[in-house]
Order: sequence, then structure tokens, then C-alpha cells
Amino acid sequence: MLNNVSTRTQSSVSIRDLSLSFGSVKVLENLNLDIYDGEFLVLLGSSGCGKSTLLNCIAGLLEPTDGQIFIKDKNVTWEEPKDRGIGMVFQSYALYPQMTVEKNLSFGLRVAKIPKAEIDRRVARASGILQIEPLLKRKPSELSGGQRQRVAIGRALVRDVDVFLFDEPLSNLDAKLRSELRVEIKRLHQALKNTMIYVTHDQIEALTLADRIAIMKSGVIQQLDDPVTIYNKPRNRFVAAFIGSPAMNFLTGELAEEGGRAVFRTNGVSFSLDGYDASEPMKGGRKVTLGVRPEHIKVDGDIAGGEVHEAVVDIEEPMGADNLLWLKHAGHTMSVRIGGARRYAVGAKVRLAFDMTMASLFDAETEERI
Amino acid sequence: MDKSLTMPVSGPAISAQAGSRLEAGPQGKRPRKRLSSRNIIVYGALGFAALYYLVPLYVMVVTSLKGMPEIRLGNIFSPPMEITFEPWVKAWAEACTGLNCDGLSRGFWNSVRITVPSVIVSIAIASVNGYALANWRFKGSEIFFTILIVGAFIPYQVMIYPIVIVLREMGLYGTLYGLILVHSIFGMPIQTLLFRNYFVSLPEELFKAARIDGAGFWQIYFRIMLPMSLPIFVVSMILQTTGIWNDFLFGVVFTRPDTYPMTVQLNNIVNSVQGVKEYNVNMAATLLTGAVPLIVYFVSGRLFVRGIAAGAVKG
Repeated sequence: MLNNVSTRTQSSVSIRDLSLSFGSVKVLENLNLDIYDGEFLVLLGSSGCGKSTLLNCIAGLLEPTDGQIFIKDKNVTWEEPKDRGIGMVFQSYALYPQMTVEKNLSFGLRVAKIPKAEIDRRVARASGILQIEPLLKRKPSELSGGQRQRVAIGRALVRDVDVFLFDEPLSNLDAKLRSELRVEIKRLHQALKNTMIYVTHDQIEALTLADRIAIMKSGVIQQLDDPVTIYNKPRNRFVAAFIGSPAMNFLTGELAEEGGRAVFRTNGVSFSLDGYDASEPMKGGRKVTLGVRPEHIKVDGDIAGGEVHEAVVDIEEPMGADNLLWLKHAGHTMSVRIGGARRYAVGAKVRLAFDMTMASLFDAETEERI
Repeated sequence: MDKSLTMPVSGPAISAQAGSRLEAGPQGKRPRKRLSSRNIIVYGALGFAALYYLVPLYVMVVTSLKGMPEIRLGNIFSPPMEITFEPWVKAWAEACTGLNCDGLSRGFWNSVRITVPSVIVSIAIASVNGYALANWRFKGSEIFFTILIVGAFIPYQVMIYPIVIVLREMGLYGTLYGLILVHSIFGMPIQTLLFRNYFVSLPEELFKAARIDGAGFWQIYFRIMLPMSLPIFVVSMILQTTGIWNDFLFGVVFTRPDTYPMTVQLNNIVNSVQGVKEYNVNMAATLLTGAVPLIVYFVSGRLFVRGIAAGAVKG
């Protein structure tokens, strides 16, 4: 489906025509994905979209029904997990409860019968990087959530693998720890430069960590791009709605021509589409959905020029740094993000302008970007 | 717009009032009546149930410590006037079954020789079965499991005759090995179910993590699963030990008089009629036979609780 495999570097993980079904339920179907060497790829989607299934297939914990998986140009489709050169970090940490942190870290190495000195060296290195040396003699039950997850990352680290797999590693942590560890994982990636594949349903994690994001829905990758492109140029309406908080405003209407220029018309009100970067000619009469993010609607003093409309304040949601205004205009309610210091009374009249260079137009039927 | 910022938040005034003094009336913990109707019902029912079980036990213990002349007086509830351990010694070493006169001791050692290997073999196999069924799903594993469960519901009596023939053909009929085999097999369905359900309840990600670490079937079993499974092993051991020790049917069918387990020996002592019925010896013999499961419960019951507490690892 996506073939923007550029000439960047050689691919580290390559998934070709992968299918997996449980009985009659098809979880993945003909999925193709190339992950570059050293890339941080995030698989993003709501629960049940197949992202964890895909990760388990890469790890070798689930057998695909069809297709191939390559890691470092080696066909590993039938290989055991341990022979794939991967390390994995789980949501529930999955630390062996009866072993100390040190034994947890070294378990895989001891199973592989690696010499004692080498094991000690690798454990020392991993615990140094993750700053868990003081915890080495403790049992997992004596650790906090954040420390446990650090040990879990260390367990992948000692194995000296090419590819790290993360299965929602931060979902069990509270908000503060989550943002701390997020930064640490990013730092770790910058230091190690390993390929990392990271599964999450949290768009903030995806946007902050990823080199590229693959947004999945019902086992199909909807869009595979860098975070900026995903955010600003969503390929279809699903991606547009999934990414962004507060969510993008959607206005249903149709395309029309006024004075030789394309406009978007909804409930008798026309919006000029000047500045919109369309990928195909905009024919009048086509049913479309206009998507505008709350920060791309300008209000009163922020308006730099262009077409100006008038709207009424419906409700106000102050959020500290930002203030979210819900405005009524042209039969729609739309959210607008303004600075936290600017306050409006309910029912007040405001002027607004759409930044069409940052807007998205989707076909009403196919929901694809125009 | 500024109005919204000065909402009534007169904080200091409120806290000053609350901290100073308490009003008369209900305060602190709510008092509860000792003799409420609820308490009377609960403790009454518990007391009655305890009496119901303890009175027969009391009669047995008291009777076993009396001499025969005292028993003939008929006061079964009265404590012994003269405590004697004679009946206990006799029950253990001298009581007659009609075939021999060496008491329960023979049966005790037979029972030990039957129970210990049966418990070890059945738990060892059932735990591996349960582990495989929980973690290493294979094609048809669910069907296999269902068949095993159905096995738990088939009445034993139906299978006695076929098993007698099978054991005879194997040359094991009448030996302790034959009975050990039968006990091990019959314990399998319920034990496997027990272990499978326990292993299924362990986090699946642990198993996945161990596989990524390169551990195989037996390494995961011995190094990851076993150390986490003390509680279920204790439960399983309690069930098997008491079940096999208390078994009478298989013991009487599959062994010969010189290999009879303790329960069969007890029956033969109590039911053999040779002149006077020695109630005190019978009571002592019964208490001796019941002592083993009782001790198992007392000792491992504690271990069980500790096992659960130690095994509890929150995710």
C-alpha cells in the first residue's frame, strides 16, 4: 500500500505480505512495512487494530499465516524468538518475580551459556546506562513501576540485539513517570542508535518519540510518515481524527466555484480555499469534508488577513496555558485554541479566519485526502 | 470576566472554624453493640457447627484413653478416671484382623509406600501437563483438555473391572506398584485442571519474555514457572495426600492382604469379631488412621497461606 521506501539506508526490519488470522478472523492482511536501520518506528492505533499482533509476529511469539519477515536481511519467518536478534519490553514489565534484578538481567545470557565475565560486563554496562546499579540485588516486588520498567529495558539491552521491540511499555505508569521515561527512551535511542519498534495507543508518545509513525486500523496501515506530515497532512479522515488533541474540526459541505476560485460551501456559507495545497483539481459540486485543527483557526487579533467570518462563543474551556473556545458558525460548532490569557464571555461575537494552508480536505465518500 | 476569578473561595475562614472545637453529638468511631441479634446468630451458628464436629471427636479421644471396665459403665461423655495408653499401643502393634495380629503398623507403612510415590508421580506429571496445556497450545490441545475433564466425572466403579484385567495382564495386580499406578492415573484429570488453571492465571508476558530470553520448554518450566507455583503445589499435595491416604475402594480391590493400606487394615480390625468388641482399641485405631491427613492439613495449611503471600507479585 505504501511505497515510499526511499534511498535512505538499508532496511533493518522488513515485513512482506504478512497475513495472520485466528480461525476466520483476519487480524493482519498482506501487510508490508520496511523499517530503516536505526529508525524509531511507532505503531499507533486503538486497541484491536493489530499493532501488538504485528509486534508479536516480528518477535516470533506469534506465527504468521502467510508472508515473510526479514531482520537484517535474514529471513527469520521460521526462526525462534531468541535467534532473531531482538529484545522486547512488555507493558506489564514481565520481570521474573523470584529473581533479583541482576538475575533478571542475566537470565537470557545464562540460558545462552555465555561466560561469567562477559555476563558481568554486559550487566554492568546496561545497569550503568539505565542507572539501576543500586537496585541490582533487589527483587522486582521491591521496585517501583518506573524502576521495574527500567529493568525490563535493561533485559533487552544486555542481549546486544539489533532491534528493540516495545509493547506499550509506559501504559502501566502514572502520567508523571510516563513523561519522564518517555524522555529517557528517546535519549536511549539517541545514544544506542538501534532500530526500535514501539507500539502505543498514546498519540503524544507517538508524536514525541517517532522518526516515523505507522497508524493502523483493522490490521491495515493507514499512513506511514514522519510525525509532522502525519499531523499536518493526514492521508485520510481516520488519521486526521485520530491524531491531535483537542481533535480536528470537521465541517461537511461541498466544493464550489465563485469568481473562478475554488471555495468550500457549507450551510450557505462559503469559505475561500486560497492557499490550500490540493493534490487533484477541485471540481465544483463534489461532496467533501473540511478539516481544520483548533490552532489553525485564527481569532480577532491573530488574524493576519484573508477572508474573515463572524462567530458566536458557545462555551469556553480554560486549560491553563491554552484556552479552548467553542464557536458557532455556519451551523457548525468548532473548537479554537487561543492563548490562556485571552478570555471571552459566552455569547460574545468574535471574528475568525481559517488558515487554509494548514487545512485538510477529504472526499466525503472515500474519506481520502484531496 | 474577572468575576469568574473571584468565586467564593473564603478558605482561611472555614479552616479556622473547623480546627477549633467539636460540637456535641456523634463523633469518631461509631459504637457497636456486643450483643446484637446479628452477633448472636453468627456466633451461635459457628458454635453449634463446632460442637457438632467436636463432640464425636471428644468421645473418641476419651474412649480411647479408658480401659474396657470403665467403658462398660456406659458414660461415654465422662472423662477417663484412669488414663491408659494401652488401647493405642494395642491398636498400633497388636490388634488382630483375622489374618494376622500385628495391628495397624503394617497398614501404616503400606499406606506410606502407596501415598508418597503416588503423590509425587501424579503431581509431577500433572504439573507438566497443566503447563503444556496452558502455555504451549498445540493443535487439538483444547479437545485433549476437554477429554481429560470428562475423565474427572466418570464414576470410579465403572472402571474397576477393566483396570483389574489391565493390571493382571501387566503383572502388577496385587502389588503396591499397581495401586500407585492407579492412583496416579486417577488423580490426573483434576490435578491437570488445577495446574492448567493456575498457569493460565500467571501473566502470559512472563512466558513470552522467557522465550525471547531463549529459554526452552523445560527451562521455562523449572526456572520460571516452578518457583512461582508453590501455592498450587501445596494445594495439590494436600488434595492428593488426603485423597490417596483415605482411599478404601482401590486399596481393597487392587492389593492383597499383606499390602493392604491402613484404611483397609482399620476396617478389618474394627469389623473382625473375636469375642468382646474393644471399643477403646477401635477408637485409637481410627484416630491413628485419621492422624496423617489431619497433620497434613495443619502443617501445610500454614505453608499454603505463606505460599500465597510469597507468590503474590503485583504487575
